[in-house]
Amino acid sequence: MNNPSEPRANSSQGAPAALEVESLSFRWGSDQPALVFPDVSLPRGEHLFLHGPSGTGKSTFLSLLAGMLPPATGTIRLLGTGIRQLSACKRDRFRADHIGVIFQQFNLVPYLTAEANVILPCRLSSIRKAAAEPTPVLAARRLLTALAIPESQWQRKVTQLSIGQQQRIAAARALIGAPEIILADEPTSALDSDNRDRFIDLLLTMAEERHTSVLFVSHDRALARHFHHQIALGQVPA
Amino acid sequence: MKARLALSLATASLWHRRKVLALVCLTLTLSVTLLLGIQYLRTEVKHSFTSTISDTDLIIGARSGQLNLLLYTVFHIGDATNNIRWSTFQELEKDKRMDWLIPISLGDSYKGFRVIGTDRRFGEYFRFGRGQPLKLAHGQWFDGIFDVVLGAGVAGTLNHTINEQIILSHGGGRTSFSNHKDTPFTVTGILEATGTPVDQAVYISLQGMEAIHVGWESGVAIPGRTLTPERAQGRDFTPSAITAIFAGLERKILTFRVQRDLNQYTGEPLSAVLPGVALSELWRLMSQFERALLGITGFVVVTSLIGLIAVLLTLQAQRAHEIAILRATGASPGLIASLYILECVALAVIACLISVLLGALGISVLGPWLLTNYGIQVPLRPLNPGEWALLASVPLAALLVALLPAFSAWRQSRLQGFGSPGDS
Repeated sequence: MNNPSEPRANSSQGAPAALEVESLSFRWGSDQPALVFPDVSLPRGEHLFLHGPSGTGKSTFLSLLAGMLPPATGTIRLLGTGIRQLSACKRDRFRADHIGVIFQQFNLVPYLTAEANVILPCRLSSIRKAAAEPTPVLAARRLLTALAIPESQWQRKVTQLSIGQQQRIAAARALIGAPEIILADEPTSALDSDNRDRFIDLLLTMAEERHTSVLFVSHDRALARHFHHQIALGQVPA
Repeated sequence: MKARLALSLATASLWHRRKVLALVCLTLTLSVTLLLGIQYLRTEVKHSFTSTISDTDLIIGARSGQLNLLLYTVFHIGDATNNIRWSTFQELEKDKRMDWLIPISLGDSYKGFRVIGTDRRFGEYFRFGRGQPLKLAHGQWFDGIFDVVLGAGVAGTLNHTINEQIILSHGGGRTSFSNHKDTPFTVTGILEATGTPVDQAVYISLQGMEAIHVGWESGVAIPGRTLTPERAQGRDFTPSAITAIFAGLERKILTFRVQRDLNQYTGEPLSAVLPGVALSELWRLMSQFERALLGITGFVVVTSLIGLIAVLLTLQAQRAHEIAILRATGASPGLIASLYILECVALAVIACLISVLLGALGISVLGPWLLTNYGIQVPLRPLNPGEWALLASVPLAALLVALLPAFSAWRQSRLQGFGSPGDS
């Protein structure tokens, strides 16, 4: 599969790229085959769509980017920072400060309310807290309103909400405090097609308002049209 | 800020899992209540025991060991080896160093309860607990020769009331074949419960004790020679001997000197013992048993803590998603581990609080019942430092055992990938 709009290295604009990946590979065990990932360079504020069938290491790729798994080879730079050069503690901090995440499902802490789930990153990072204007609570409520979560649900336990609502709350959590990067791991796979398109539109629109880059992983290639760039996993580029 | 986050997450998490954890907490509460209760009772029983008799500086009896003397005078266990002559008692009464003396004459029983021959000084000077005097619940102290005052336990067990007639038995034992049936006694008073052996005895005058033994010189009643109440009037019943003396001294500082003087008394061989010392010695005999009991209770607490850990480790499987979310949002493995420790310690603290309340409630409800039915005095009081330490050791132990799931969560969350656990 070819990549019609391979993102370019973007050093000309001065600001460091949101994401730069070079000759990255990973092994689950020494007897397992290596997963080899394509080189990626994503400018700040642009969105990338990664697709590939299951088993091609989409989630593993995100784990590597988030600094939660160590790569076998290669370098990862987020916002100009080499993620593997940081200590474990600093990596956690970097993730809290600069990365929003959305999972496929089970996105929310089950014992917190919708609002508390959205505010969570602000409580883990003072940078995100400062960026959530005017206060984390008000910022969370604005995001929830914008993502069409009715006010009656804000203080409810998240387990009582529908999957669609849960995913939108996860999106609000990823967006709060305007992190530079959002990693989204098949967040729409549990949604029907109407909800799916609305979810992606909302997410990308709000991410653009915040100058946030979204890295979106899915096996559904139909979603690629929403994004600036797309890459296929499971193939080693020449 | 992280500490506050950890606290609020732990609180929310505990509340979320309250149904499962309530049961674990209940187990822990019950075992802590047991532990604390046993420690509390231990202190109380020891206190109640060592204050079985108070304000009495010396117990004086015929020459014997101090435990023996203490056992038969205070606890009504065993028998005197010998008597003290009445003349000796009269001589001691003249001793300036003595503040007061209570004569005690033993030997008979009433349906298994000891009969104590004494005089009005018993009601006046005898003290127990924290220097509390004896009080009559009903009636008055004996006045006539054939009057008897019952201890609270005796009256309660046998359902006696004022003015009832009772027959005393010769010698000890529950079923005696020789009764003083010619000389019935009239109940004139019933004592209030004291929680001491005082409750388990009946009290008559020394004259009454003498009178019922007229005609019993050979050990059995000789028909025709025993007295009847009518024939007793007007006769002199000054005793020739008594069994023991409780003595209060004018100046406490002289206690040891008076004791030495009495032990070297030339008139007849006497022993004088300090009740406090003898009581502590007696208590030491029993402390092995109560320590074993406390040890067993400690194991009960450890068992329920292990139960708590088992539940927390089981819950850990359910918490994988939550940990994945927290990790991906930037929470450190340390924060995840601290959640486990906080939750475990919080549960232990809750269990401790409930068990203190439960204990206080139990003591205030069961205390009076224990006193009336078993003669054990268990008042409600603030916890002493030892009990606080024991209580504090429960959250501390919880902290230690929580390190196990905390470490396992810490390790698991360090290896946590992005998204669902195990999902590549």
